[in-house]
Amino acid sequence: MKDWPLWEVFIRSQHGLAHKHVGSVHAPDAALALKNARDVYTRRNEGVSIWVVPSAAITASAPDDKAALFEPAQDKIYRHPTFFPVPEEVKHM
Amino acid sequence: MNDARFECLLRLGDNALVLAQRLCAWIGHGPVMEEDMAQANVALDLIGQARLWLAYAGELEGRGRDEDALAYGRDAGAFRNVLLVEQPNGDYAQTIARQFLFDAWHHAELSALTASSDARIAAIAAKALKEVSYHLERSSDWMLRLGDGTAESHARLQAALERLWMYSGELFDADAHDATLVEQGIVPAPQSLRAGWLQQVGAVCTAATLTMPDADAWMQHGGRQGRHSEHLGYLLAEMQFLPRAYPGVQW
Repeated sequence: MKDWPLWEVFIRSQHGLAHKHVGSVHAPDAALALKNARDVYTRRNEGVSIWVVPSAAITASAPDDKAALFEPAQDKIYRHPTFFPVPEEVKHM
Repeated sequence: MNDARFECLLRLGDNALVLAQRLCAWIGHGPVMEEDMAQANVALDLIGQARLWLAYAGELEGRGRDEDALAYGRDAGAFRNVLLVEQPNGDYAQTIARQFLFDAWHHAELSALTASSDARIAAIAAKALKEVSYHLERSSDWMLRLGDGTAESHARLQAALERLWMYSGELFDADAHDATLVEQGIVPAPQSLRAGWLQQVGAVCTAATLTMPDADAWMQHGGRQGRHSEHLGYLLAEMQFLPRAYPGVQW
């Protein structure tokens, strides 16, 4: 059981449209990962849908690359959507 | 007439209560944290069901006993659970085998009870059935994984199945109380669930590469009439200690 792979858990809440990352579980396979995620992360009525993804399948950016990746965007505030009025008909932006 | 219904409600309530107490003993001792949580969830579902059954039993009895008085104030001889649920946790294979044999029956029993002529029994059964559908899925999953897993897990689960098998026959026993209630359409005839149960258990055993023990093997009886194995006394001693030592205590 110590060599069970790790799975990342994503839950769609009652009100949300997108699945959000909530944590991880250990499980021998995908079906049991789903059940474990249900038992660990939806005990308090948090969700209406669950995704599990093998942690090994996720490619993550390296913390050391933070400056190169994200800082160049900081002084380009004209890219931010706050300058545009959003029509009322557009929901869930 | 109410005597039979009272007995039947005690049987349903005590099955859930005693199995929940057994599962709770895994908390902090599960093989992995995820299993710890899962067993606790199943136990909490069952405790909730026990409350509903025993509360109704207390009302029918009309002697002022609520669900707590029935859970904590009766001695082993007054408990009506089947022998299967009081069997010790053993290793994880034993816990899973016990759960699966019970869940398969529990699911069929509750399904039938949703059509009970007693509206309250039908309503409790409908609520419990959703929970138990998940219990059965989970224990079936584990039967497959342990049975069709390593040589070690297979051997342990096969041994657990053979050890617990003699307690499975009691699930389909019928006595005078059952006959009364079957006639009134309150409960299904216990025997009527047996063929479906054997088929389901057989199918899971086959898929899990396990050998299902002989359906006509010798079976233990007596739990539903209050004749229990010695294990129940120890279980109750632990479960009932607090309310007996400190009656009416609140926290």
